[in-house]
Amino acid sequence: MRLTALLPVRSCLLLVVVSVCVQQVHGVWPLPQQLHQSADRGCLSPQRFSFTYGRDSAAQTGCSVLDAAFKRYFSIIFPDFTKGSGLLMCENQSNRLSVKTGGCDGYPDEDSDESYNLSVSEGQAVLRSVTVWGALRGLESFSQLVYQDDYGSYFINKTEIVDFPRFAFRGLLLDTSRHYLPLHAILKTLDAMAYSKFNVFHWHIVDDPSFPYQSRTFPDLSNKGAFHPFTHIYTQSDVMRVIEHARMRGIRVVPEFDSPGHTQSWGKGQPGLLTPCYKGGVPSGSFGPVDPTIDTTYKFMESLLKEVKFVFPDSYVHLGGDEVSFACWQSNPNVRKFMEKMGFGKDFTKLESFYMESIMNMTAALNRTSIVWQDVFDYHERIPQDTVLEIWKGEKYQAELSRMTQAGHRVLLSAPWYINHISYGQDWRNSYAVQPQNFSGTEEQKKLVIGGEVAMWGEYVDATNLTPRLWPRACAAAERLWSNEEKTLNADLAFPRLEEFRCELLRRGIQAEPLFVGHCKHEYDGL
Amino acid sequence: MYCLLKLAPLFLAVAVCNGWLFGDFVGKQKEQDEISLWPLPQKFQSSAVAFKLSPASFQIVHAKQSSAGPSCGLLENAFRRYFEYIFGDLKKPEKSRKKVYDSDLVELQVWVTSADPKCDDFPSLQTDESYELSIDEPSAVLKAANVWGALRGLETFSQLVYEDYYGVNNINKTDISDFPRFAHRGILLDSSRHFLPLKVILANLEAMAMNKFNVFHWHIVDDQSFPYMSRTFPELSQKGAYHPFTHVYTPSDVKMVIEFARMRGIRVIPEFDTPGHTESWGNGIKDLLTPCYSGSSPSGTFGPVNPILNSSYDFMTQFFKEISTVFPDAYIHLGGDEVDFRCWESNPDIEKFMAQQGFGTDYSKLESFYIQRLLDIVAATKKGYMVWQEVFDNGVKLKDDTVVEVWMGNKMEEELQNVTRAGFTTILSAPWYLDYISYGQDWQHYYKVEPLSFPGTDAQKKLVIGGEACLWGEYVDATNLTPRLWPRASAVAERLWSDKSVTDVGNAYNRLVQHRCRMVKRGIPAEPLFVGHCRQEYKGL
Repeated sequence: MRLTALLPVRSCLLLVVVSVCVQQVHGVWPLPQQLHQSADRGCLSPQRFSFTYGRDSAAQTGCSVLDAAFKRYFSIIFPDFTKGSGLLMCENQSNRLSVKTGGCDGYPDEDSDESYNLSVSEGQAVLRSVTVWGALRGLESFSQLVYQDDYGSYFINKTEIVDFPRFAFRGLLLDTSRHYLPLHAILKTLDAMAYSKFNVFHWHIVDDPSFPYQSRTFPDLSNKGAFHPFTHIYTQSDVMRVIEHARMRGIRVVPEFDSPGHTQSWGKGQPGLLTPCYKGGVPSGSFGPVDPTIDTTYKFMESLLKEVKFVFPDSYVHLGGDEVSFACWQSNPNVRKFMEKMGFGKDFTKLESFYMESIMNMTAALNRTSIVWQDVFDYHERIPQDTVLEIWKGEKYQAELSRMTQAGHRVLLSAPWYINHISYGQDWRNSYAVQPQNFSGTEEQKKLVIGGEVAMWGEYVDATNLTPRLWPRACAAAERLWSNEEKTLNADLAFPRLEEFRCELLRRGIQAEPLFVGHCKHEYDGL
Repeated sequence: MYCLLKLAPLFLAVAVCNGWLFGDFVGKQKEQDEISLWPLPQKFQSSAVAFKLSPASFQIVHAKQSSAGPSCGLLENAFRRYFEYIFGDLKKPEKSRKKVYDSDLVELQVWVTSADPKCDDFPSLQTDESYELSIDEPSAVLKAANVWGALRGLETFSQLVYEDYYGVNNINKTDISDFPRFAHRGILLDSSRHFLPLKVILANLEAMAMNKFNVFHWHIVDDQSFPYMSRTFPELSQKGAYHPFTHVYTPSDVKMVIEFARMRGIRVIPEFDTPGHTESWGNGIKDLLTPCYSGSSPSGTFGPVNPILNSSYDFMTQFFKEISTVFPDAYIHLGGDEVDFRCWESNPDIEKFMAQQGFGTDYSKLESFYIQRLLDIVAATKKGYMVWQEVFDNGVKLKDDTVVEVWMGNKMEEELQNVTRAGFTTILSAPWYLDYISYGQDWQHYYKVEPLSFPGTDAQKKLVIGGEACLWGEYVDATNLTPRLWPRASAVAERLWSDKSVTDVGNAYNRLVQHRCRMVKRGIPAEPLFVGHCRQEYKGL
């Protein structure tokens, strides 16, 4: 007993020497804007370490977001301690992390200031941020700076960080229609998103195959449109839980209710909503996109959007508008009559634009900002100025960026980050090489690129394979969207940092797949 | 859902009234359930007559005439396993609700017909896995020559059971006569590029049994790490594993894998690949690997096993003596693939040896020299061996019972032709490298492979004894192995088990969708084939 008590003290001394020689790098992913680390390091003691609010901090105990974050990050930093094996190994002053910050009970939004300064010196670390959201980002960086030596002692190097995101909108899309994702899979994804500093969960909640969103206004939508009316739905309390879990991590939840296409499942619970397709002068029994020619459609959409505004606090709503097939509209005599009346001729894109414009106006009247897929702009360049456009088509996305920003629209890029498309090898490098502002345009135009999204469409993904398919592949885009591009263009330099980060994800219980041959100290122990 | 199900049998009338709520939904489910056998049996006849199974009264028992009885641990375990697969975990308080009716089908009698049921044996290449299954009131009968066939039949029986509207288990009147098309139906897992925790290996053995695979090809060591803990040479894993304690397979781990596999009728064939792919061996065994030279001095790096030192062969003799006792299977895989000659070329001692032996500059002759001696060493342990195709291609003299594994994608048919023309048995893995992933339903490519499509005589075709789905480990570890392997490997399973004529991809899709949901229900995180859902989604994570 006596011997083991002595050993740590000796080893501590020994290892300081080693670390100076080896210069272990304990990186932060995504790379902070400015990071200065020295080889001087201090011990952290789980028994003595504490998070405290700075005396002049605007936020104090009782700040829901930060109280919860302190608790969360304590066990992330000291995983062994929570399992009851914390050891006091080195004598040192008590460590403190002070937060000077403001704003606690709201939701993160498009204007949230996520910048922070972190200064780790002997015995004390100070984290300064304008908002709690910045504090969350800083806590994440702090947690990544702490490491354990071979004897299990915790260390952190003397560090100065000045950090802020390059893009305000750093999103991840999950598709809960093609396969239902159980709540715990979504919550786990939100956890991992926070680790990579993603800040928007784009919830592609419904689509053709199923309608799992349980609407308070139109319960039949999920009763009849979900894969199963009880086991494969998101109740109102599920949705609230997702929103709150996300808020606690500084993540916005932007729901997508994609129409007029991609709505097969809506039709089951809302008769009369979809266009009946015709074959040889009679209805064929199958249905096409939302029927844009009748008033009831717009009444329905207005009620649904009102509910969405009520349920989802974010100021953005994604309205979809992609991949509308015109064949069914063409076949329907009523639609053709309507086209004639409106003077659309045979141009069905005009009909689509007519529909989209109506629901975009509805959305604007509800004080919400619309996001739509690029198709809406491609068909019809005259759309409300504050609409955010999302680029998803892989070919020539640079040209599309030019066109859209020239028209003065804010743009989101997801085309190069469709990571549901898998291939053999290290495809994260392709995501990493993307340069979102590398298109011809003025400085003003480039500023209109507000960010991007990683999309994990659900054709081939459900709870069995979602997490390893997402992580660490999504981390590549996370760094592109947060960090300084010039400092992070070299994938070979990023590789060892990302490898280390994926092991850290494993340690935190995220089932992140390997980048290549090798091992982690803490392997995944699930299945 | 749980509440509703619980009430349904008690308040039948109410449930019927509520039927409209999900009538359509359940109807579709049932239809698909009835056609979800995987891999498809050779002969299969089923009628619409359905019998109910009650967990309270249904039993799996030894038939009176059976040579196996309660002392047959392997079957006793299998009975319990399949009972749980069929009825779920009965530790949950569900018993009461299921007791309200009696079974139409009261028992499954398992009748092992040969005098020796082989309860305590290991399965082998010669194992007879055929079985006959007859389901009728009041008893179903499963007839097999030995326990291995009985295991396959139990799996089929469990796949025939489906739930009706009220969650009651049903089985249709059915007659099945089944046997595998190929005797060697393998899965290769690579525990060197990434360490695979025991749990993952065992789970995949379970999944293999669900798909009637019968060989676990354990590519246990390679360049990157040496997780096999050797009794004779403990320094191999001490210095060659990623970590000497957390990333190793102890003797008892290995024993556990072998026994777990045996219980499921699965052979464990270890691969100790030499002379290439041996970087990690060199960490523990000094002088085993060839020192590479840069100019006239050793560069500090090492190449393949050094074939010119007697010590190399002494080591191999002792090492394989251990392997031959640890692994009960009649075969050991000796590798022999992808030997890089550059290091040998750089080494002056090797150059001298080449000249002495009259090999000129043909290093494949040196490779063959090594392999030949290795094969003799292994043959002395009374084991048969498997080798990768290069060994055959290089003209090494092989024992008659050698199994040559064809892995190179180009000229695969030509290789099969050559190997079988030379009279060797062969297995095919070239079209089934499942570590190569791509977007979409690539299982269809694996499914469409016909292993005997190469030109050759009937005698030649008989020499193709099977195939293997390989999941190499460069990009795979515990985090993603299971969903990446299943249900993609299931496509290979059906190709190797079912009749040659079973090639309808559309029909296979419908069955495989259900089969993957069944695996999910049994706790295997098998990934989806395409858009859709399972009644019971994966609960792990």
